[in-house]
Amino acid sequence: MLDQLENLGAAARTELNQLTNGSTLDAWNSKYIGRKGEITQMLRRVSELPKEERPAFGKRANELRQELEAEFAEKEAVIKAAELEQAMAAGALDVSLPGRPVARGRLHPSTQTLRRIYAIWAEMGFQVYRSRDVETDEMNFQLLNFPPHHPAREMQDTFYTTNPDVLLRTHTSPGQVRVMRQYHPEPIRVILPGMCYRHEQITARSEIQFHQVEGLAVGKGIRFSDLKGTLINFTNRLYGQGRPVRFRASHFPFTEPSAEMDVQCFLCDGKGCRICKYTGWLEILGCGMVHPTVLRNGGYDPSIYSGFAFGMGPERITMLRHGIEDIRYFWGNDLRFLEQF
Amino acid sequence: MKVPISWLKDFVDITLPIEELAERLTLAGLEVGGIHKIGLPGADLEWERDKLVLAHLLKVEQHPEADRLVLATVDIGAAEPETVVTGAPNLFEYVGQGDISHLGLKSPFVMEGATVYDGHAKEPGVKMVLKGRKIRGIMNRHMLCSEKELGLSDEHEGIILTATEDAPPGTPLLDLWGDAVLDIDLTPNLIRTGNILGVAREVAALTGQTLRYPDTTLPSTEGVPVNDQLVIETTEPELNPRFVAILVNGITIKPSPYWMQRRLRLAGQRPINNIVDISNYVMLEMGQPNHTFDWDVLRRRADDYAGPNEPVKIITRLAEPGEKVTTLDDKTHTMPDFSILVTDPKGNLSIGGIMGGGESEISDASQNVLLEAAAWNFINIRRTSQALNIYSEAAYRFSRGTHPSLAMFGALRGAKLLADIAGGVIAPGILDYYPHPAETVTVDLPQAEVTRLIGIELSVDEIKQILESLEFEVEISQSPISNLQSPVLHVTVPDHRLDISAEPVTGRADLVEEIARIYGYDRVPVTEMADELPPQRNNLPFEREERTRDLLIQTGLQEVITYRLTTPEAEVRILGQDYVAQATYVTLANPSTPERSVMRHSVLNSVLEIVAENSKRHAHVELFEVGHVYLPNPNGVGEAAILPDEKRRLVIAMTGPRSEMSWLPTDAELMDFFDLKGIVESLLDGLHLDQVAFKPAQHHAFYPGRVAELEINGQSVGLMGQLHPYVVEAYDIQIEEDQPVLAADFDLDALLAQVPDLYAVRSVPRFPPVQQDIALVVDETVPADQVYHLIMQTGRPLLTEASLFDVFRGEQIGAGKKSLAFSLTFQSEETTLTDKVVAKQQQKIVKRLAHEIGAQLRG
Ligand SMILES: [Zn+2]
Repeated sequence: MLDQLENLGAAARTELNQLTNGSTLDAWNSKYIGRKGEITQMLRRVSELPKEERPAFGKRANELRQELEAEFAEKEAVIKAAELEQAMAAGALDVSLPGRPVARGRLHPSTQTLRRIYAIWAEMGFQVYRSRDVETDEMNFQLLNFPPHHPAREMQDTFYTTNPDVLLRTHTSPGQVRVMRQYHPEPIRVILPGMCYRHEQITARSEIQFHQVEGLAVGKGIRFSDLKGTLINFTNRLYGQGRPVRFRASHFPFTEPSAEMDVQCFLCDGKGCRICKYTGWLEILGCGMVHPTVLRNGGYDPSIYSGFAFGMGPERITMLRHGIEDIRYFWGNDLRFLEQF
Repeated sequence: MKVPISWLKDFVDITLPIEELAERLTLAGLEVGGIHKIGLPGADLEWERDKLVLAHLLKVEQHPEADRLVLATVDIGAAEPETVVTGAPNLFEYVGQGDISHLGLKSPFVMEGATVYDGHAKEPGVKMVLKGRKIRGIMNRHMLCSEKELGLSDEHEGIILTATEDAPPGTPLLDLWGDAVLDIDLTPNLIRTGNILGVAREVAALTGQTLRYPDTTLPSTEGVPVNDQLVIETTEPELNPRFVAILVNGITIKPSPYWMQRRLRLAGQRPINNIVDISNYVMLEMGQPNHTFDWDVLRRRADDYAGPNEPVKIITRLAEPGEKVTTLDDKTHTMPDFSILVTDPKGNLSIGGIMGGGESEISDASQNVLLEAAAWNFINIRRTSQALNIYSEAAYRFSRGTHPSLAMFGALRGAKLLADIAGGVIAPGILDYYPHPAETVTVDLPQAEVTRLIGIELSVDEIKQILESLEFEVEISQSPISNLQSPVLHVTVPDHRLDISAEPVTGRADLVEEIARIYGYDRVPVTEMADELPPQRNNLPFEREERTRDLLIQTGLQEVITYRLTTPEAEVRILGQDYVAQATYVTLANPSTPERSVMRHSVLNSVLEIVAENSKRHAHVELFEVGHVYLPNPNGVGEAAILPDEKRRLVIAMTGPRSEMSWLPTDAELMDFFDLKGIVESLLDGLHLDQVAFKPAQHHAFYPGRVAELEINGQSVGLMGQLHPYVVEAYDIQIEEDQPVLAADFDLDALLAQVPDLYAVRSVPRFPPVQQDIALVVDETVPADQVYHLIMQTGRPLLTEASLFDVFRGEQIGAGKKSLAFSLTFQSEETTLTDKVVAKQQQKIVKRLAHEIGAQLRG
């Protein structure tokens, strides 16, 4: 019977070595070493042997079974690994195919730029203050030092309404008077974003409505040098640290002194290009010290208080930063435009 | 304004290279938009010094082989004269006159090998190199050239031929006519620099040079004094504060000298004749517009209205109702009643300060002229100019403010040139009507004010020097005025500075600006505000609006920003004829396009226009806008009576398949009411609004039965649903048949006002939930949310959630019925629930629903 056992062992080994896949593995396992397997059956037949032969046979049979089990485990691992290898090879993807579409909502590009501006000014202590689109002539012009028929009004092509005292604001500056009247005599640091309107033809270069963000600081001892410092801090954030700027004298009826702030063209680094009209500079905002008349109209004594104001156009900033050449894209809202932001 | 450097040099020495000068002017507020160089190094066409020279004309002969060519012999300062073959028409009159050197005619001479512009090229700026060639048998190496060939102007009628150039033969053209023209953009406050002298004054102040004034010394006078021949009367001294007139007799009308023509052309004026040119020249040079009348015309009219021995009478007065003026451009204008005219008893002569009249205009036969230089009220000139739509050079200057003192200066300068250039003889005396001379403005400027406003420390002497460089007169007083403990500068403002206010605080700021400007903004230090920080203020309406945008883009919507201007007709499509007929709009008096004539009442109208536009190219469109509507409120008080309520709206519009197309299987079903509702629910959830109800509603713009009114805390905030097919058609939205277009239009102010400041968060449950499904058959008319609310009311607190997962209709449950299947979640915060407890709770629910709405448990 011991011979029988050894033969059985040899046959099992031969068969095991020839196995190639998972299902035949299972069959081999139950045929030889499973609960009803032949080795197990042989072990049960130990009682048929003479008593003295029983221990040796039993020992050998158990040994054999353990050996086969170990060999089986080894074989099984090899086959499973091969099978996995094969399955993975068959399951390779074309990773160049596009992914499942995800619906991503987007903010309008003007909102995106407005938010950048809000964020930078918020860190410098300037809060958002909003005022109305439809304004009185008094707020939009007279209190800002544009008397009726004043030539400076020609700089702003105005939409008037059927009520001659009412117009669409041409700038966010009337908000300056409103915020001053609300907060005086406290110091003020606000930005005033909003839609403004100009009587223009709608072309690639001009629009009838556009956003403006105006800033206003009022207090005791605010100087033109502070205006420079504050605006340079802003441009460092928006246009890159250390990008050169310059302040040019200019004229706005509601500020004095008035200036235009230019930033070195970030498209050509000041070498001159089509966008900066070969000057190397981009005009990015108008600014100045609040005119004494405007301070007075806002309820502040101009011999004690001073302040500065500035204004910029988010659409212009967006156009410069993204090389957009047609301002009509903004209110056209063509998805082919909007989806690029 | 175009400023030739050569002209500028009459009044100030230029010590900087042109580019640096332009930069200085730009930084000081005179924005140089361009530098146009002529002949100079760096110009598009550089004139070679030794190849382009001045020639003196010696003789002109007919070309032996060609009728239309001549041979011009010229002296170019070389040992031998040169002969040039040319077809210049303005040389033909000298053929056969023999030696004409006594005429002193000069012309530009270009040698072989030099580059000039091609005079015959159709496009400007085409260059050519001059090559010698035979012309009809005669070798020709050089040429005499036109303004166009040199790049001086477009003039190519003939060669430049002038007797008024004094330079010797052979003078390089570069030294003679090489020039640069600055193109300066002027802001309205800078009209004082709208002339060459004004720019020179700025250059002098910016570069520390001395300003020279134009020559106004008159030659000796002759004849009857002007004041014996002319009287002036003005009915409106406020509108016409000064009127200066000088009579110049015996002028000869002819072309003005070449130097003057060249300057005028460079400055953008076309030369006409010496009299017109002098008038323009004076205006461009020193800023005083002026007018020359044909004196003999005025005299003849006086013969009619007063008699031969009576003086001419000029009256400036307001236009009579409907009065018409024919101006020298032959146009007839009906004058507004506020406009002021220069007239005589017979009728009007010119529009004061704007344009001369046709009859008294200078003609080729004029011999005696009356030169007028006056002052006009700038606001009145501006109104008149706008009313008549005449934007003349004179109106441009007067409407921005020209001081009355300039009138005399301009008249003297004009008379001087009429005598020097047109050979006129000046009649003795000057008529000067100036009843109320303008007061001189003085401003007291404390030194400390410069530091307070600019942040620079300047000594009183430095401040004084800057102001004096701009012709302010300054006296320093060490005694402090009022409570300001700093030296004070008593500043007297020069007449041309109409921009400096007499009001003390504003006047100080005006001077501080001048000091900063001349000192240089670039030299002002860069500092941080040291002032106290203002209190930070709560701004919830703004923050919540931004939160709304964030929540909506998270659901996949695209934000749009649309025109706030529209038309009532466009809004009829969504608001209906009845609404629009009664609505008051903020209406533009001067729309720039008829499609944008009123401020909108509907944001949805604007957004649907965008949906329609995009639907031409995109199947899937999902948009939102947060924007205002403008609702006039005639019952408002004060400002609110004339200004509209500006209300924030939130509009969502969507249509098309649920997902974008893909190579993978996607949900290609069309979006319906519940896609919109899901987005709205997601928004409300994100804003922590839970007391919300969607009530069935009716509205003409929506599909009947597919529209709901959103209520938050019992307050209605607007409608949402599927748009009526007629509305979809009215907007011409390009979609499949029966494709729903969904829209929501909410009052955002009302919605955000309900947002809680705080919301509590429940603890995460420690005990496991038990899930039970329940299907209830109810009448079709019972709304699902009523069933939901009953389930929740009855099942609480153990029932924590009931979510609808199936709606079924069919024969099995009978007609007019529907089955609603809910998945119920029971959970306790204290213990693990047993099946028995849950079953009991569920029974309670079923019983209540059976009782209240006749619901049957579906088997
Ligand atoms: Zn550039």
